[in-house]
Amino acid sequence: MKHFFARSGGRNQIIPGFGLSMGMTLTMLSLLILIPLASVLAHSLQLTANDYAKLITNSGIRNAFITSISCSVLAALVNCVFGFILAWVLVRYDFFGKRLLNGVIELPFALPTAVAGITLSKLYSDTGFFGSFFASYGIQIAYTKIGLTIAMVFVGIPFVVRSIQPVLEKLDPTYEEAGSMLGASQFTIFRRIIFPELRPALLTGFGLAFARGLGEYGSVIYISGNSAKHHTQVVSYVIMQKLNYVDYASATAIALAMLVIAFVTLFSINMIQVHQARRVQ
Amino acid sequence: MKHSKTEIALLTISVVFIVVMLIVPLVSVLTNSLAEGWDFYVQALTTPYVLSALRLTLIATVAAVIVNTIVGLGAAWAISKFDFRGKHFLTTLIDIPFSISPVIAGLAFIMTFGRMGWIGQWIEVLNDYWGTDIQIVFAVPGVILATIFVTFPFVFREIIPVLSTNGRDEEEAAALMGASGWTIFFRITLPQIKWALLYGIVLCTARALGEFGAVSALSKLRGETFTLPLEIDALYQSGSADAITAAFAVSSLLVLLAIIVLLLRTFLEAKADKTS
Repeated sequence: MKHFFARSGGRNQIIPGFGLSMGMTLTMLSLLILIPLASVLAHSLQLTANDYAKLITNSGIRNAFITSISCSVLAALVNCVFGFILAWVLVRYDFFGKRLLNGVIELPFALPTAVAGITLSKLYSDTGFFGSFFASYGIQIAYTKIGLTIAMVFVGIPFVVRSIQPVLEKLDPTYEEAGSMLGASQFTIFRRIIFPELRPALLTGFGLAFARGLGEYGSVIYISGNSAKHHTQVVSYVIMQKLNYVDYASATAIALAMLVIAFVTLFSINMIQVHQARRVQ
Repeated sequence: MKHSKTEIALLTISVVFIVVMLIVPLVSVLTNSLAEGWDFYVQALTTPYVLSALRLTLIATVAAVIVNTIVGLGAAWAISKFDFRGKHFLTTLIDIPFSISPVIAGLAFIMTFGRMGWIGQWIEVLNDYWGTDIQIVFAVPGVILATIFVTFPFVFREIIPVLSTNGRDEEEAAALMGASGWTIFFRITLPQIKWALLYGIVLCTARALGEFGAVSALSKLRGETFTLPLEIDALYQSGSADAITAAFAVSSLLVLLAIIVLLLRTFLEAKADKTS
């Protein structure tokens, strides 16, 4: 650990500014990110394992975890399908309005989550533009898990598209041509040549979209209805509720579980990328 | 150009998805905001609550952009120009705010700077000693800190790919010829990354203007510590038809900003493509 974050290698000693840039980065990172998160950790570790288990398995909290995880996995899967198609269309085809389509993909990054939340909630409510259509068939979307998942699809889509797009752009078409010459069908080419190349990017996109959906607050709380009875409370909402009741012990306990899931996701994504970089070299 | 059947099918799916999932919600904010006419719209935007929220939103955004641009540049410089152990780990740490819930960010600041937090307890001691009344959480500094937290990686994320692709040869040559660090940065590195940097700043601005979850945990006083998204929330939650229309009116401001961001993005991307 002694040489962690210390410069190594002789050749690069020439460029100045390592101390300054590294020092500033570590200081600000610690002050703004690490120390506050460490405080959450410290507070949550004050609970005994027994109390912790009791808190986390409380039915309201357990249901919130089940809802958050299942809806964000589902939303990330939906995003993988559509994100793949969108990335494919944007990279491989030429059509009118391509630049516009490419720009619009990033709308969920640019639109504030609360704005997205109230709009989606209004659109999918029984009197809304989409909601009234589904309501005439007796399907309710707002205030159900379907609505929740739709909001998570909305916030997650750019992650998948932007993960796949650059890899698809770099993909060498000669392998596909070779496959085609050897008589492989379109489907075989896709399954045997294209898909394996894109799998790491797809997994990365899935992980990012999942993490985003899991932690999402602003865009889901309006459309979900936050009913404990109908299991439409998400974990972020429950944490906020505990904060409002000044129940910091529960809030930090739930946050700890969320942080662990987020770190595992982030770590897996990094491993996929490191593995991929090695494979390519 | 001839379009094959698969091509047409995939294009149709893409366009329908984008229209249903993204375009319709965008347009619906604007139509909802004008549901009660132009006069109501203007009135809704000029209430004291909205104006105060606008002011705080701008302050927090400017602070976040300044801090994160400087730190982002520093971190990208350290990571792309030097070899050291733990580079991957450091990148992961910088990315943390991307993947954790903004509500947890808010909670983290409460547990650090609030009554229960260890820095919060020091601040209380100092306040007693000096007779001051410094507050971090549930006050303006908390809102600013939370905004900086959630936008922390944006500038860094945009410039690091460009810096990594460009390598270090030019900087090393300049250093060998005796150029100072600042000269190298301003004359060689900055021109290479300027479009990516600008785009990072644009994204950081957009996210800072719209941050909701983290700020929501740290801000309780409408008209004093509320930002625009919190004001939208308060209006929408109050439930009356007028208030909901007003919520959409305030939202339309942020939608216009989002559209500007997307246009700038397309413009900056085209610029970056040309230079590289």
